[in-house]
Amino acid sequence: MDLLPIVVVIVFFQVFVIKQPLPALADILFGCVLVVVGLSLFVQGLETGLFPIGETLADALARKGSVFWLLLFSFGLGFTTTIAEPSLIAVADKSADIAAASNLIDPAPESLSSYSSGLRLTVAVSVGMAVVIGVFRILKGIPIHYLIIGGYCCVMAMTPFAPKEIIGIAYDAGGVTTSTVTVPLVTALGVGLATIIRGRNPLVDGFGLIAFASLLPMMFVMGYGMIIFN
Amino acid sequence: MHVFGDFLAVLLTTLGDVAPIVFMVVFFQSVVLKRPIPRLKSVLIGVVNVILGLTLFLIGLEKALFPVGEAMARQLSNPDFIVGIGVEYLTADWKEYGWIYFFAAAIGFATTIAEPSLMAVAYKANEVSAGTIDKWGLRIVVAIGVAIGIALGCFRIVSGTPLYLYILGGYLVVVIQTFYAPKKIIALAYDSGGVTTSTVTVPIVAALGLGLAKTVPGRDPALDGFGLIAFASLFPIISVLAYGQFTDWYAKNRNRSTEEEKENGL
Repeated sequence: MDLLPIVVVIVFFQVFVIKQPLPALADILFGCVLVVVGLSLFVQGLETGLFPIGETLADALARKGSVFWLLLFSFGLGFTTTIAEPSLIAVADKSADIAAASNLIDPAPESLSSYSSGLRLTVAVSVGMAVVIGVFRILKGIPIHYLIIGGYCCVMAMTPFAPKEIIGIAYDAGGVTTSTVTVPLVTALGVGLATIIRGRNPLVDGFGLIAFASLLPMMFVMGYGMIIFN
Repeated sequence: MHVFGDFLAVLLTTLGDVAPIVFMVVFFQSVVLKRPIPRLKSVLIGVVNVILGLTLFLIGLEKALFPVGEAMARQLSNPDFIVGIGVEYLTADWKEYGWIYFFAAAIGFATTIAEPSLMAVAYKANEVSAGTIDKWGLRIVVAIGVAIGIALGCFRIVSGTPLYLYILGGYLVVVIQTFYAPKKIIALAYDSGGVTTSTVTVPIVAALGLGLAKTVPGRDPALDGFGLIAFASLFPIISVLAYGQFTDWYAKNRNRSTEEEKENGL
């Protein structure tokens, strides 16, 4: 599975390079079992439960023809799938620990969890907005290059004004959001829409949504940092 | 008992994380579409699996993935390991951290080659391009991109140079390549950036970066620790675009030389 190549590389390094057993091996092995079992249950549950219903819902709403409901659904889809994204939970919790260790926020458990859920909510809102913009683009047929290049110019323009401590997390957030839950559902929405509307190419337009979903979180997280750390 | 208490606490927060999706699906099905949920039983089983699976994963994450990433960074950047026991080590020299770059590249390459969603993308690309994009070729090219990206990201942490310079440079390269690369490969290249950062890779890579920033003298985890994932999503785009440019150039050259051969033959 997913974990096997990582195990191979780590065992190789422990045996041939570091020449010492990994510290706290028993705990790590137990944790690995939990990760493997948890992830397979999670993916299996997504495939039997959420993906089919998400896809039929996206398809039905695209055919219904009401722009308002379609855009509301797009926002909801981006927002809710991002809240449940496991790798975002991981990175947000980690960044709260680091922020507390560097005295940027109060190290009490409540303020840690409010920082990390604030971060996740920010990313989720930005992915929701990204899907709305992406769907709007598909409806209107605006070329993707302008929006993407404009977006990256925005990211670069914001960077000098953002607190230094948030920049790394902001840039990472773009890659983190496009993971297990969000990608299949959002792609299904994009491809479904592009197939129904005449003159759109499912391959190009389905992908466009993901590109926005990794762009907007960078800007929003920098904005979050400006508010929290200043 | 301790593990069980953990489990309940994580289960409760996970319920809160999955609730919005369920709420949204129910709302749109019943209020907007006014239809019952199809195959309700299997959907419910799926939702229960999602919640249980996410809970177990998050516990395992704290026990295995984070500690492993940090332990590897700590061991490989430990002064005792690098310059020998008892030698004073106050300033970081980036040349001393060879094993870290090698480890980062190996992890990046190995996880990407085995990434299921990349296999799916490679398969689709092979089909769409009528065989000109090789399945294995694409996977190897993306894996090399991730390997170079994470290794360079580790170099950035060790050297403490600003992240935005690398990302800005990377995007400039992507923009320039986009003008020259064959059109067919562009969408695929942009997509491969997002595909590589899977649920298992992200925590390990994040912990690797933070662990490195903690042990390398003069680095601050809050300032230098993040950014590896950004590298891992940017560099595959460059390597896939380069791959497209190369196959295009190669095909043109071959056509030209066969034409020349024909002319010479006549």
